[in-house]
Order: sequence, then structure tokens, then C-alpha cells
Amino acid sequence: MVVVTSSTLAIEASGLRKAFGDTQAVAGVDLAVRAGSVYGILGPNGAGKTTTVRMLATLLRPDAGEARVLGHDIVEEADEVRSVVSLTGQLASVDEDLTGQENLILIGRLLGFRRKEAKARAAELLRAFDLVEAAGRLVKNYSGGMRRRLDIAASIVVAPRLMFLDEPTTGLDPRSRNQVWDIVRTLVADGTTVLLCTQYLDEADQLAEGIAVIDHGKVIAEGTPAQLKASVGSGALHVRLLDPEQRPLAEQALSQALDVGVHREPDPAALSVACARPERAAEALAELSRVGVGVAGFSLGQPSLDEVFLALTGHPAEETDASEELGPGEEAA
Amino acid sequence: MSTAPARARTAREDQALHAALSVRERPSRASGLSACLTFGWRGMLKIKHVPEQLVDVTITPVLFVLMFTYIFGGAIAGSTGEYLEYLLPGIMVMSVLFTTVYSGVALNTDVTKGVVDRFRSLPIPRSAPLVGAVLGDSVRYVLGAVVVIAVGLAIGFRPDGGVVGVVAAVALVVVFAFGLAWVFTTLGLLLRTPNAVMNAGFMGIFPLTFLSNVFVDPETLPGWLETVVEINPISHLVTASRGLMGGSATGGDIAFVLASAAVLAAVFAPLTVRLYRSR
Repeated sequence: MVVVTSSTLAIEASGLRKAFGDTQAVAGVDLAVRAGSVYGILGPNGAGKTTTVRMLATLLRPDAGEARVLGHDIVEEADEVRSVVSLTGQLASVDEDLTGQENLILIGRLLGFRRKEAKARAAELLRAFDLVEAAGRLVKNYSGGMRRRLDIAASIVVAPRLMFLDEPTTGLDPRSRNQVWDIVRTLVADGTTVLLCTQYLDEADQLAEGIAVIDHGKVIAEGTPAQLKASVGSGALHVRLLDPEQRPLAEQALSQALDVGVHREPDPAALSVACARPERAAEALAELSRVGVGVAGFSLGQPSLDEVFLALTGHPAEETDASEELGPGEEAA
Repeated sequence: MSTAPARARTAREDQALHAALSVRERPSRASGLSACLTFGWRGMLKIKHVPEQLVDVTITPVLFVLMFTYIFGGAIAGSTGEYLEYLLPGIMVMSVLFTTVYSGVALNTDVTKGVVDRFRSLPIPRSAPLVGAVLGDSVRYVLGAVVVIAVGLAIGFRPDGGVVGVVAAVALVVVFAFGLAWVFTTLGLLLRTPNAVMNAGFMGIFPLTFLSNVFVDPETLPGWLETVVEINPISHLVTASRGLMGGSATGGDIAFVLASAAVLAAVFAPLTVRLYRSR
């Protein structure tokens, strides 16, 4: 039966398009997201990530294309979609003028809990997200990390089957970022599917099982993090020398041993060279020792997703576009 | 990004999170009414947490009561006491109508801050946040009226209509405000920042309240201006409130006020809902 395929896919989208005036924010996006996984949408600012998520979360009507979320059509059955998903938007979607506790009670009441149940649920979530002490403070006085945790808590007042997380760690310090990552892992372990938009490559690498790389409103590559890296090419051997003076000598030895160009790292004692197989790397290192170059350390790694992005798009992922993909009139004040 | 030593979440927290996530059953959906009332409750909380917003819009009318009564009262009406009887119902109207601008500002703030996305992704009627907010704001309107009346009573306002008359006048003004607020929520969705809504709102409501019979009897005005003042719905609202407070209300004015509130709501409420949906 056809139902079998749709039940294993949490999101199926084909040809989604959306334009704002003359700007084609999303120019034909196809997605297939397996239920129970984290799926990453990776791209720089302005690539169309937020617009895609807003369409899937039924906040925006697509101009063309169609999508089913947990089996429900996002246009025809928008109400059904809304009752099984939750959205944690790019701007923290909580009310700054209320306390953390009041925010959670508000969402609980809107979902249909009685006052007492909503209160109990809020207390439970505040405990789980380490916000008990801040429960009675106004959200406008929260730190970025606290606000983001509250935002995620508000999204699981009733644990959704699918959660949209739009840049959950943008602007957070490393500690808060790690907390958010732990929370996402727990969510998924408990059976929630997560669609994660991010412009941080290591975030997608850390969390996502599958990744779609999106640029100028189109998916330009798709696969597991490992596949994406492999598609760009081999791994690389990174070598750090005891003496920076020996770098020219090391460069010559490595390029002879591996028969490819050697890249000088910004660090004057470091070099890297493309190298797919561990045994070739071992030979190259032996060659260094033979010519008398002292090695302080080495590593054999896959290319980073940064390199993947550069190879796929021709421009670095860090490129920021002033006009982030908000709808017209939604620019922050 | 460097890998700073992260404080791992404790086992207890993880357990709490697992427990929190075990609630997967959705309660039966909130009814439209219950959702509206919840948004009304949110409005109350804002009055509690951000009282200065209410103070901002009522301070001007309070100043007007004091200033006009003591400075111009004698010149306009012969005595400050008599002028106060004339002026106060009008200022009460002004205070409440100023407060309606805030309904648009609040909606715009929700949109620019992103919380609207959360509401719109919940399985509730899409008009609930709007209707609920305006309902909650009616408490604000009542407070705006009460402040002005309290100041009036303190400086010698003694309406002939008694408590019943005053309550009826406040009720009428709040009903009108309920209609007018939709104009500002529409504005709140069309303009880009809360400040722009505030400015545009006051640019409209300020001259409209002055070009009415709040301060002086229109008969003293030049003919063309008198005509403008007499077609201004706010003049009818002021006349009706004055009548109710003074114990001499006419049904015609009250009916006119109720009809204009209904027309405003009928035009601008659906417009607001449409703009809100299409965002």
C-alpha cells in the first residue's frame, strides 16, 4: 500500500516555490525526511531556509508545489498539520512581557489543558529545562540561552511528532549551544522528528542524519554528512611541524610522496594535503621522517562541511546577506 | 567554534526531560471561546507587568482635565465647577480612545517580535489571538475611563446622573472603543514598527478628538467648523456620555454611537483577520 511509504516519511515536499515581490525566496525545493530522525537544512542567510520551514509549518502558503507533513497536505489540511507539529522560530517565539511560567501556561491553555493541568505541565517543563529559578521573571530579562530553552519548552508542551527548529543556536554561547544540542538529541531519542535549519556546519554534522544543502532557494546537494563530504572528494592529511623553518622541505617531501599539491595552513608550522587512504598517509609520514623533518602532530580527517559548501556553491557558507529571508514587513524594528 | 568546556546536563535534568516528553497525548482542543479568553488573560498579565503603557496613554487626558478646568474653565463656562461638569465626560472619552491605539501597537509588537508565529502554528482559530486581545484590552479601556473619572471626582465632579449614569457612560464608550480598536489593529498589521503605529494612530485620533465637542460647545465655532464637528462620530459619543452622566441622555445619540461602532467593527475586524491570515 502507498500508505507504507508515507508513514515512514515525516515530510515529503516537491517543487515548493515562494516569491516575495521580485525575490524568489524558494525556487523549487524537494525534500524527503524520514520519521524519527534529525534532518538538517543547511545554508547561509537568505538561502530560503526560513521560508521553506514557514511553508511546511503552514504559516505561509506556497506559490507552487506541494508537501505532506506526517501525511497531511500543508494547504488542504493545514489544521491537521498544526495539531501534530510545533515551531521554534528564528526569532524566539515567546512573549517577552510575560514570565517564563506564564508563557508555558498560556500555550498549555491554548492547546486545551485546564488551568490546573497547564500549571502542572509548566512546572514540569521548567524543571526539565533548568528554568525553575527564572520561572517568575519576565522573559525580556532572560539570557539568549534561557530564552531559547523556554522557546523549545513551549514547543513541547504537548510533545509534537514533528518539530521545526529554525536556527536554534544562532547567537548562543558554546555552553548554551551544547545544552540545546543535548535537548534535541533527547527529543529525537524519544521519537520526535526534527527539521533543523542551520547555518552552522558543525551543528548539522553533530545532529543531522540527513542534510539538504540549500542556496538561492534550491537544494544543491543532499545526503548524509559523510556522503556530502565524500562527494567533494577525499579526506586530508594535516601535519604540524616541530620547526616552521622546515616547512619548504616538508612540502616538497609530501608532494612527492602523494603526488598532489600541498596546502599551507595559516599556522606557519602546519600543512595539509589531500589524501584519501590511511596507508598512503603512513607512507607520506615515513617520507617526512626519512628526509629529517620533525613532526609535532598529524591527523587524517574528512574535509569539513565548510569545504563542502565552498566546493558546492563556489562561495563560503559564512557569506551573510543583509536581507535575511523574512517576509515583507517583518524586518525587526 | 571552539569546544569550550560545556556543563553537561545532569542526569536528573535528562530524566526530567524524558518525563516531560512522555506527555504526547493532546488534550481535547480548546474551544474558540476558551482560546479568546486565554488571550484576554494574556492582556491582563501585560497590564500587570507593563503598567507604564497604560500610564502613558492616560497621563495626557488627566493633564487636560486639570489644565483646562483650572486655566480655561472660568473663561469658557464662567466657573471651573460648571466647566468640569461639561469637560469631564469628553475627557473620559478621549482617554479611552487614546487607549485603543495601544491595541494596534500591541499587535504590531507581537508580529515584529515573532510570537505571532507561535500562535499561528497552534491548532486554534486564527482570529482568536485578535478577538482575545481586543477583549482583554476592554479592561484597559475601563481603567482609562476610571482614572479620569477618579481625578474628576477628586476635584469636585458631581454628575447628576449618579453612579448608574456614569457606569452607563463608561459602558457606551467601551463599546465604541471596541469598534474603533479594529481600525488600529488593521493599522498595526499594515505598518512596520510599533512606533509607526503609535505615531500614525495618534496623528489620526488626536485631531479627531479636538475637532469634536470635548472642549467647547460647537455653536461657538465658525459655521464650517461646526459642521465638521457635528458629523464627527466622537461628538455624538461625547454628547451621549455627557447626557448619561448628566442624567439627560437622548436615545438618538446612543443609537448613533452604537451604529458607528458596529460599522467600524464590521469593516475593520474582517480586514484585520484577513491581513493577519495572509502574513
